[in-house]
Amino acid sequence: MPLHPNAKPKLAVWKFASCDGCQLSLLDCEDDLLAITDAIQIAYFPEATRAVIKGPYEISLVEGSITTPHDAERIHKIRRVSKVLITIGACATSGGIQALKNFKDVNKFIDIVYANPQYIDSLQNSTGIADHVKVDFELRGCPINKNALVEVCNAYLNRRKPNIPTYSVCMECKRRGNICVMVRNGTTCLGPVTQAGCDAICPAYNRGCYSCFGPSEDANAKAFSIHLEETGISRENLIRLYRGFNANAEEFKNESIFYEQK
Amino acid sequence: MSKSKTKTINVDYLARVEGEGSLYLKIKDNKVQDIKFKIFEPPRFFEAFLRDRHYYEAPDITARICGICPIAYQMGAVHAMEDILEISIPKQIRELRRLIYCGEWIESHVLHAYMLHAPDFLGYQDAIELAKDHPDIVTEGLELKKIGNELVTLLGGREIHPINVKVGGFYKLPSKEEFAPLYERLKWAKKAAYSMIKVMSSLDIPEFEQDYEFVALRHEDEYPFNEGRLVSNKGLDIDIADFGKHFQEEHVKHSTSLHCRLKERGAYHVGPLARYSLNFDKLSSEVQKAAKDAGLQEECYNPFKSIVIRAVETLHAVNEAIRIIENYKEPKKPYIEAAIKAGIGHGCTEAPRGICHHTYSIDGDGLITNAVIVPPTSQNQKSIEGDLEALVPSIIDLPDDQLSWRCEQAIRNYDPCISCSCHFLKLKVDRE
Repeated sequence: MPLHPNAKPKLAVWKFASCDGCQLSLLDCEDDLLAITDAIQIAYFPEATRAVIKGPYEISLVEGSITTPHDAERIHKIRRVSKVLITIGACATSGGIQALKNFKDVNKFIDIVYANPQYIDSLQNSTGIADHVKVDFELRGCPINKNALVEVCNAYLNRRKPNIPTYSVCMECKRRGNICVMVRNGTTCLGPVTQAGCDAICPAYNRGCYSCFGPSEDANAKAFSIHLEETGISRENLIRLYRGFNANAEEFKNESIFYEQK
Repeated sequence: MSKSKTKTINVDYLARVEGEGSLYLKIKDNKVQDIKFKIFEPPRFFEAFLRDRHYYEAPDITARICGICPIAYQMGAVHAMEDILEISIPKQIRELRRLIYCGEWIESHVLHAYMLHAPDFLGYQDAIELAKDHPDIVTEGLELKKIGNELVTLLGGREIHPINVKVGGFYKLPSKEEFAPLYERLKWAKKAAYSMIKVMSSLDIPEFEQDYEFVALRHEDEYPFNEGRLVSNKGLDIDIADFGKHFQEEHVKHSTSLHCRLKERGAYHVGPLARYSLNFDKLSSEVQKAAKDAGLQEECYNPFKSIVIRAVETLHAVNEAIRIIENYKEPKKPYIEAAIKAGIGHGCTEAPRGICHHTYSIDGDGLITNAVIVPPTSQNQKSIEGDLEALVPSIIDLPDDQLSWRCEQAIRNYDPCISCSCHFLKLKVDRE
């Protein structure tokens, strides 16, 4: 049942530090877009419309990570006007690729890119939304899968649990009939510790998974690192492996810091 | 004596662009006093965290600069790395790279024209409102966009942040048979591209011309995608490796995106207008005719016509995709390998929004020691401000909401991608 049987539920799409790719996924639902807008009202979505309809909103989709003092305040305002807050993508969930700055001195990063560092206001860490406010559901991926996005919105509008897998990419690989790239070619692959959701595309294209979806629910990254060490991976490459698009996810962060200090 | 009147118009968050920006306009006694096109997209420091990464990670990492044109970044990165490693890719691999690029142009141009920009010309808040009155137009646009995405997905694995682009080629090649269903759909896309040209050229386009310095790639034989020299209509003709000698990035206070300028002459313009005006002779006679039938000359200085040129370029991309698929022979190997060596390399692509320039240094272990990426929107920032300065006096008597909308429309001529350029848009108008 929709929350308001007589009115279309209102959807808002918010952006923080990101590439816009995850919110673009909504516009990439070419076959379903007009049907979606029949069922819900797009009330705030600046990438797609000038129109702004005031909250509160049934669903807020939040893309991007928190990297500035201003954004750290803005997210609280968004939480207050949102009944359900769903984060979309690796940036909003774990801090994204820009969380690589968390492991360095941010002032050095500013110096590398900008001539006048005094104009730049950036927090030391890039963090996911759940570090700041309560999040109702985290949809993973860099980018998210658009069908999963429709599923999650549909589930919340109909008050049921979203059908999103939490097992690892290995399951999808087997189902797709891929031959394991680690077994066949000795290719380093983060699939065993990465949450499914992409349909194992990297192994299907003969390359190792680089964890767009972050650690899976039951990931044992510690055991996986030991296995990789046995295959002869260097300490530096092991650190780089975990420092990708979900570098700030707890399991991956702990591993990369462990090997950095080792 | 009448009292002087100041008024400010602010667009706090510019809609229908990719990323966060705003516009500030200050008007005193009906004269423009200050215009600032501000970018407040949070900085993401790509050039910093590319350091100490493997050269082969650059296409995956740089894709994340922009969800709308990730392939432009991937191509810039692989070309630069291949420049360093002295890899020359075989013809068929080159053709497939052009094919995935066609997909990105189609997807991005159609998204912009139908979903983001056409509503301005027709007085709608967005494409969904537009679809209520003109469902056929929007449905056709969505289907054409989808074909662009399908091309990207077939070659790249997925439409956003594709995973199959690799230094030296691809991780895996599709077989000729896999192209067959898409080939049939591209024939429909050709009709849709003609329809797109008709729709976009029938819009009510304001008369407005500017004396731009256009900068675009120019290739000996082709309408440019990923290769060529950098040329302009005011005498620039350089190797892409000399970009840094002629262009300069400046860091201004009101923007987290660096502004790029020509050292000798200042502001310049990149994107469809520049590409088209500098390379009209490289379009096929069929596409040239379609352009002329749509009322375009061989050069175009009206930024509001960029929406028509995007439609013309969409037809070009569809034709090019059909040609490549018809002639495709699967190469023996998906990629070329080369020994790692230290060096500096450059790559320059025509992203849908204009040239995107990459420079990388790598050391003897293949690790990146320096990276400089100049995206299109940071190059167009000065040009955007210049357009607004020229435009506003002619529309200054409009009520603020209409004035504001026209300014937004003028900014959207550039299809600005602010996420990219940040390394954008509130409109604030101050009237005194």
